[in-house]
Amino acid sequence: MAEQEQRTRQQARNPAMSASSQVYFFGTCLIDALYPQAGLDAIALLELCDLKVVYPQAQTCCGQAPYNAGFSDHAAAAAAQTVTLFSEHDWPLVVPSASCAGMIKHHYPRLLASDPSLHQQATQLSGRCVELIDFIAERLPYERLSTNPASNTCVSLHTSCAALREEPVADSWSTVLSRLPGVTLKHPQNKQECCGFGGTFAVKSPALSHALTKDKSAALLADHPDHITSGDCGCLMNIGSHIKYKTGHNPCLHLASIVARAFGIRHEG
Amino acid sequence: MKDKFSTRIEIALDDAQLRDNFSGAMQFLRDKRQQALPDDSHWRKLRFEGERIRQQVLARLPALLEQLETRCTQNGIHVHWAEDAAEANQCILRIARQHDAKSIVKGKSMATEEIGLNHFMAQHDIECLETDMGEYIVQLAGETPSHIIMPAIHKNKAQISKLFREHLGEDCDPNDVDRLIGVGRKVLRNKFKHADMGISGVNFAAADSGTLCLVENEGNGRMCTTAPPVHIAVMGLEKVIPSLNELPTLQSLLTRSATGQASTTYLNLISHPRQTGEKDGPQEIHLVLLDNGRSRIHQDADMQSTLACIRCGACMNHCPVYTRIGGHAYGSTYPGPIGQVVTPQLEGLQEKAPLVSACSLNGACGEACPVNIPLPDLIRRLRARIRTNTRHIRPTERLLWQLWRFINMRPRLYDLTLRISRWIPWQGPTAWRQERHFPKPASKSLRRYMAEKARTQQHEEDA
Repeated sequence: MAEQEQRTRQQARNPAMSASSQVYFFGTCLIDALYPQAGLDAIALLELCDLKVVYPQAQTCCGQAPYNAGFSDHAAAAAAQTVTLFSEHDWPLVVPSASCAGMIKHHYPRLLASDPSLHQQATQLSGRCVELIDFIAERLPYERLSTNPASNTCVSLHTSCAALREEPVADSWSTVLSRLPGVTLKHPQNKQECCGFGGTFAVKSPALSHALTKDKSAALLADHPDHITSGDCGCLMNIGSHIKYKTGHNPCLHLASIVARAFGIRHEG
Repeated sequence: MKDKFSTRIEIALDDAQLRDNFSGAMQFLRDKRQQALPDDSHWRKLRFEGERIRQQVLARLPALLEQLETRCTQNGIHVHWAEDAAEANQCILRIARQHDAKSIVKGKSMATEEIGLNHFMAQHDIECLETDMGEYIVQLAGETPSHIIMPAIHKNKAQISKLFREHLGEDCDPNDVDRLIGVGRKVLRNKFKHADMGISGVNFAAADSGTLCLVENEGNGRMCTTAPPVHIAVMGLEKVIPSLNELPTLQSLLTRSATGQASTTYLNLISHPRQTGEKDGPQEIHLVLLDNGRSRIHQDADMQSTLACIRCGACMNHCPVYTRIGGHAYGSTYPGPIGQVVTPQLEGLQEKAPLVSACSLNGACGEACPVNIPLPDLIRRLRARIRTNTRHIRPTERLLWQLWRFINMRPRLYDLTLRISRWIPWQGPTAWRQERHFPKPASKSLRRYMAEKARTQQHEEDA
C-alpha cells in the first residue's frame, strides 16, 4: 500500500514522470571514475523497465563536495552547467546516488537563485530528478524473477544519511531488496548513523571520520554478509576502502548491481 | 599543523571510558526521546508550530524585548541590559554588593556559563554554588559542563562516588544512586537555607505578562528562585516569547527533546517579587538580558535562525561526532552541532573555525531539532565564510578546487583527465590512507562505455 501511495505521489508531483519512456541518466563522478559497473547495471535496470536511457557525454560532477566544503561559487558553476545540459527535454533525470540526487533537487535551485532563468530551469529539473532505486521500485518486472533462485546472497544494507534525510528513499531500497527472492537482507545496528565519509570531512577531520567508519564497517560486517550495499557511492567508497585496507577485500557493491544480478544481468568487466 | 581542537578530539577518542559513558548516555537519551514523541503527524505539527513561534519571535525581537522590559518593570522586576559578558558580570556583582552577598546558590544556567560568572564572582570573594546535581558534580570536580542539559554526563557512578568521597568525605556504594544523590542533596539543602542570593537562567520569558519560565526536575531551581531574599535571572535575549499562550508548545518540544519527558517535574513561572501579605518568594528580582553577540547574529539574515534554539540538546544527542568525543573536546560553552554554529558567531570565525570542520553534514541534528533549525545549512554557510574571511583554508585546497572547477567545466578535458588518472602515481591524501585503501580509477570510465555503446548503436542504425 505504502509503495503504491508513494508512486501515486511521484506521479502527482510530475505527471510526465510515469508517462515518459525516455530518461536522462546522470552517472555521478564516483561511478563514472571508480565504479562504472554500477552505472552499467543501473542503466540495464532502467532498460529492463522499458525505458530508453539517454546519457549525455557532456555531464561532469554535480559539485556536492566543493559545495559542502564552502566553495559554493564553484558548485554553482557546476550546477549551471548540469541544469543547462539536462533541460533540453523534460525527461526524468535518474541519479544512482541519493546524495547527488539530493544535491540537484534541493540545493541547485538555491545555488542558482540569483539568475532567474537558470533558477527556473533548476526548479524544473528539481521536480524531474529522481533517485534510481526509488524510481524503478515499482517499475521492475519482478514477475520475471524465479521464485526458486539457484543461489542466495546475504546483503547488509547501508541506508545513507542522504537516503534517510535529505532525499528519503531508504524505504524503497529495503522494499526492492526484500522483493528479490535470492537476497537475504540485513540491517546493521545503528543504521541511522553516518559512515563518516562527508566528503572533505574524511580528510579534514580524519580521526573522527575513522572512528565513525570503523564502527559502521563493524556493524555492517556483523552478520557476515556476502555484500555490503547502498545506493550512495560516496559511502560505499568510504566503507569499502576501509574494509579493503583492513582485510584486503572489498565487499561493497552498489544496490544497482545487487538488483541487476538478481535479474540475471551481468557485464563483462 | 594540528590545532588544539583536533588534539582534544584525538585524546577524547582514545579515552575508552569517556566514549562508553557518552555512547551509552546518548543512546539512552535518544531512546527516551523517541518514546516521548507523540505519533508522527502530531509531532510534525508540534514541531512546525514551534518553528513558527520561534521565527515570529525573531521577526519582532526588538519590540518583544521592549515589551518584556516594560511589563517586568511594571511587575516590580528590575531589568538590566548587558551588552557583553563583562557588563553582565559587573551588573551581577553590583547587585551582590548592594546586598552584601557572600554566598550565592545557582540553578542551572548556560548563559552564566557563557559569561564565566562563577569564576568572576570567586575573584571577588563571592561563592557561587551550583545546585543542579549535575552542575554540582561538575563544579566539585573543577570542570565545566559537557552537555547543556546533562552537565555531568561524562561521568559514571563510580567516578561520582569517588568524587564525593574525596570532597565530601562520604563513602558511598557507587551502585546506590539514591544514596549518592542523597549525599549531594544534604550539602545543598544547608546552602539553600543560608544563601544571600539565588541566580538562575531562564528558559522562556513571556513579553506580554512579564513572566519568567523555568523548567527543571530537581526542585533546586525553585529553591534558588524562592528561598534567598534576592533572585537574579540571567537570560540570553533570544529567549523571549510573545505570551504564555506559546509556552505549552515550546515547553512540550523542549522537555520531550531534552529528556524525553512530556513535562518536567517543575515548571516555575515567576512574575513578580514577594508582595505584601505573601509568605514566601524573594523580596527582589533582577532580570539580566544578555546580548553578548546575539544582536549581531540577529542582524545576519543568513544566520539568524541560530537564535531560534531553545537549548534542548537534542542535536548533540543525535550527533555522531558529539556522541564519540563528548562536550569538553569542543572547548566551548556550547558543544555539539548548535555549539559548532553558535560559538564561531559569538567568539569569532577566525578563532573558532576548526569547530566547523568537525561535521560530516549527515543531517541528524537538523532532523532532531524541535524547532527545525537548518543546522547543516548553517554549518555549510559558515564554511563558505571561513573560506572567504579567514586564512583557515590552505592554499593547496583553494588551488585544488580551482583546478576541479577548471576541469569540471570542460567535459572533454574531464574525459581526458579520467583517462590519464589511472597513470598518475598519486596515492591519495595522507589522512585518507591512514585507515583506508586509496581506490584506483577503473580501467574504463562509465562515459567511455557509454560513448562506445552510442557508436555501436550508430553503426547498427547506419547499417
